[in-house]
Amino acid sequence: MSEAKKYPAPVTNPETAAFWEAAKQGKFMIKRCTACGEAHYFPRAICPFCYSDKTVWEESSGEGTIYTYSLMRKSPTGPYAIGYVTLKEGPSLQTNFVDCDLTTLKIGQKVKVVFKPTDGAPLPFFTPA
Amino acid sequence: MTIKGKAYIAGIFEHPTRHAPDKSTAQLHAEVAKGAIEDAGLSKDDVDGYFCAGDAPGGAWPMVDYLGLNTKKLRHVDSTETGGCSYIIHLGHAAEAIAAGKCSIALITLAGKPRTGAMPPRAAGAEADFETAYGATTHNAYGMCAMRHMHDYGTTSEQLAWIKVAASHHAQYNPHAMLKDVVTVEDVLNSPMISDPLHRMDCCVVSDGGGALIVTTPEIAKSLKKPLVKLIGHGEAMKGPRGGKDLDLTYSAGIWSGPRAFEEAGITPKDIKYASIYDSFTITVLMQLEDLGFCKKGEGGKFVADGNLISGVGKLPFNTDGGGLCSNHPVNRGGMTKILEAVRQLRGEAHPKVQVKNCDLAIAHGTGGLLGVRHAASTAILERV
Repeated sequence: MSEAKKYPAPVTNPETAAFWEAAKQGKFMIKRCTACGEAHYFPRAICPFCYSDKTVWEESSGEGTIYTYSLMRKSPTGPYAIGYVTLKEGPSLQTNFVDCDLTTLKIGQKVKVVFKPTDGAPLPFFTPA
Repeated sequence: MTIKGKAYIAGIFEHPTRHAPDKSTAQLHAEVAKGAIEDAGLSKDDVDGYFCAGDAPGGAWPMVDYLGLNTKKLRHVDSTETGGCSYIIHLGHAAEAIAAGKCSIALITLAGKPRTGAMPPRAAGAEADFETAYGATTHNAYGMCAMRHMHDYGTTSEQLAWIKVAASHHAQYNPHAMLKDVVTVEDVLNSPMISDPLHRMDCCVVSDGGGALIVTTPEIAKSLKKPLVKLIGHGEAMKGPRGGKDLDLTYSAGIWSGPRAFEEAGITPKDIKYASIYDSFTITVLMQLEDLGFCKKGEGGKFVADGNLISGVGKLPFNTDGGGLCSNHPVNRGGMTKILEAVRQLRGEAHPKVQVKNCDLAIAHGTGGLLGVRHAASTAILERV
């Protein structure tokens, strides 16, 4: 199933390179605006809420809860579960749930980040905590 | 400033094909253009505005050339691309251009071959590295909305199934519909699970085909022979996860496009006699009905149940051509066909078994992109004169 799945390597760009460099060290980064205090994901140079350019990188706890999910029963690479996780730090993000029985996922369930390798930087996924 | 009453839909055409291995995509555009121009009683050389979206091969200038439009006369183009609702947005933009005197006879085309050809590629957004790998498709993106809607409001699969049941009741009378069999709630629930909680019968069809519109001035429309249908309200909006703050997948951008259109039209959802609602999935319809104000948020399940969307049975007849769930979904884009059936209803040209009596006010509403990720919505309110 997901163990055999090959994920595309991130292309990366100057705005997001630091995220992927940190991912190589196993760190899951979000951006926080020092002007309005809001955290956001995926990372942007300009805060999407107040338009300040005073955004800084912050390591996320990598802990969150499942906001929603959907189990795709068939695909060329087998079943997979897409969903959104709401991080402890606030932002919600799109992901896949891995390394678990995909039929037992529940909204509100606690999950934590886990990285999976690609040919480039590793990609963040979530698994039950 | 308003576009209320400043533009009329004078020509419509829906391609009868659902499977076109022997035609090119550009050819389908030309066939629907010809159909709509002839329906209006005009000639291609009269067209002075052209509107197309991402399904038009090469975009506006190759299409204007291929279609042989009169370039000495053509003075307004718009290739706004907002997925399936592009054509509802085009309708509003055509009305704006007509009201501003920038064109007087606008042609809008949609066509493509998802069953028998390649789909046009979509350019990557800024989110690509952070989302593409997770495999969002239409099925699971709308599945995520349905899952959360059920969690927050207690919506059930049985309630969603009623939307397909209603569409199938209408499709039985459409000779061109891909799926003409009337189905039951049980049929929907017993169809295979595709992406939880959506079953196969919660999903629309995939079809080749297309459609086109002619939008014109009140004066020109009145000089032609077709029943008069005018645009009286229009709205458009977009929504996305916006940095992940306060994520709520239980509502769509229709919550903004709808009120904008109703305000411009000066009417309320209660006045609507017929509703064309984009039905990429059953959950799409349920969320849109709530967002447009046909019922309160969270009460869509109750609203659609027990045949309330079936023409002649329920309070709000919807998608009387069978919609995307049963009839067609050309290029995986449902906006155009929503306008076409609304115009048929207002003209009194719908199938007699599904024609709404005294149909004088109709809504055509669509979304584009993925409701569970980022999307656009557009609402048009049409009146029979």
